[in-house]
Amino acid sequence: MPTHERPQPSKSKQSDTDTEDVAPEPQSQESGSKDALDADVDAILDEIDDVLEENAEEFVRGFVQKGGQ
Amino acid sequence: MTVNRVMGIETEYGIAVPGRPNINSMLASSQVVNAYANSALAGRQDRARWDYDEEQPLRDARGYDMSRAEADPSLLTDEDLGMANLILTNGARLYVDHAHPEYSSPEVTNPLDAMLWDKAGERIMADATRLAAQAPGGQPLQLYKNNTDNKGASYGCHENYLMDRQTPFADIVTGMTPFFISRQIITGSGRVGIGQDGHESGFQLTQRADFFEVEVGLETTIKRPIINTRDEPHADPELYRRLHVIVGDANLSQTSTYLKMGITSLALSVLEAGQLDPSLMPRHPVAELHSVSRDVDLAHRITLRDGRRLTALEMQWEFHEAATKHVAKQLGSATDWQTQDVLDRWADVLDRLKRDPMSLASELDWVAKRALLDGYRKRDSIDWDAPRLHLVDLQYSDIRPDKGLANRLEAHGRLQTLVSEEQIKAAVLEPPTDTRAWFRGKCIQQFGESVAAASWDSVIFDVPGRNALQRVPTLDPLRGTQQNIGDLMARVNSAAALVDELKGG
Repeated sequence: MPTHERPQPSKSKQSDTDTEDVAPEPQSQESGSKDALDADVDAILDEIDDVLEENAEEFVRGFVQKGGQ
Repeated sequence: MTVNRVMGIETEYGIAVPGRPNINSMLASSQVVNAYANSALAGRQDRARWDYDEEQPLRDARGYDMSRAEADPSLLTDEDLGMANLILTNGARLYVDHAHPEYSSPEVTNPLDAMLWDKAGERIMADATRLAAQAPGGQPLQLYKNNTDNKGASYGCHENYLMDRQTPFADIVTGMTPFFISRQIITGSGRVGIGQDGHESGFQLTQRADFFEVEVGLETTIKRPIINTRDEPHADPELYRRLHVIVGDANLSQTSTYLKMGITSLALSVLEAGQLDPSLMPRHPVAELHSVSRDVDLAHRITLRDGRRLTALEMQWEFHEAATKHVAKQLGSATDWQTQDVLDRWADVLDRLKRDPMSLASELDWVAKRALLDGYRKRDSIDWDAPRLHLVDLQYSDIRPDKGLANRLEAHGRLQTLVSEEQIKAAVLEPPTDTRAWFRGKCIQQFGESVAAASWDSVIFDVPGRNALQRVPTLDPLRGTQQNIGDLMARVNSAAALVDELKGG
């Protein structure tokens, strides 16, 4: 049994470098919220474009593993 | 009846050098482990070897041993092949298993700690890889916390749960098979590609499902079973068994790992109390495992042996209800916060999976990955066979902080965290305080140069001036804690003094 006190899990804080802090209410189905969601997704895709490996096809083809457990 | 029990996670990482698909992965994996061993992060130690005395990988929970002659060589995990092996100051094991670097977490007592020390393993692997690239003759290695190369190979992330020996193994099979099939909607990491070699295009919830071919068995590398029968408790076999769960995905999301360990521990507690409903057993478990993984709309109905047809969501609600009832009956208002937290989050996740699965994009791996993939499909008008989508799938599990997509999402607050980076950094070096891993880790920290070997069940000292090695058994996972022997470990200033006190006391 754990013998020490432990903090409650908490939500992560929004990054201060992130200017697109939209974080829409997930349950909301309204169109305004949908647009915000799309803008939010576009912002993260732009960020990920910058870190994605070059030449996706070759990179994926070259990822070959031996079987494990 | 709480979420607490002795548990741990062992993860084999995918290993690659970009542009060089034919690398010797066994050698590359050794370079990763050795680079860490040679760094200050490993503490001052003379590379304690693994003690295989208590290992019995061919002991089958159904009551017999597989013969060594009929075993696939990959099952003989008790043979010392001279592969790189390291026991860490946090009580974990870092080594080469088959052709992958593997991190086996120290034993912990609860789901949050299981997630924390598993996450510490990601940081350790990231550091080890960076060090390996800098070493003489080093290669620009990259590690991935995923489970398939999408070309037919799979490697595992295994969960371990200590449980009551009295629970009949047959009850584990009927009780837990429907649980493992249905929990995929929560625990999946998402995968682009269908079939073992990914030849069919599309998205499915899990990395692992397609690699499972039988319902029950001892194998882990071929003919993989939903319920693995390896009976190697690393504890008193009269009291305990260790359920070795090989059917899960490696998770990046902290919430996914926490829930995976938490809800499974709760289901096992209900089972141990004899309260798990055996009538949920599907008629065709392996086919249903595959079907649920491919059912991205969560609409598939699993056909049970008695003819009823339930969705995975409905099945998970059955398990949740049984756990809730049992906790209320046993603990009532004395329920500890973590047990309550797991029950609450489990219900919340099931509720939102029903109403709007994409609302879980900041919590569950498969949803987070799916949201990214859908974004690319829409923005770039590409379909599931597009290489870019396969790359997003792969790079989601890249463990580098600056390149891994899960890590990028976390850095931007788009993937929730449950623990701080400071806690993870501490867990890289420090063992959990409340299991025997504390003793193991402290022995490496304080007397690493005198530790000749260690394992889950022992620490063996080579004490200067004594002919025989001194073996300290650690068969009880809940002894050797900071509370048990914190004073002793603070008092002794040599391995000889420690061994004398332990033998004398």
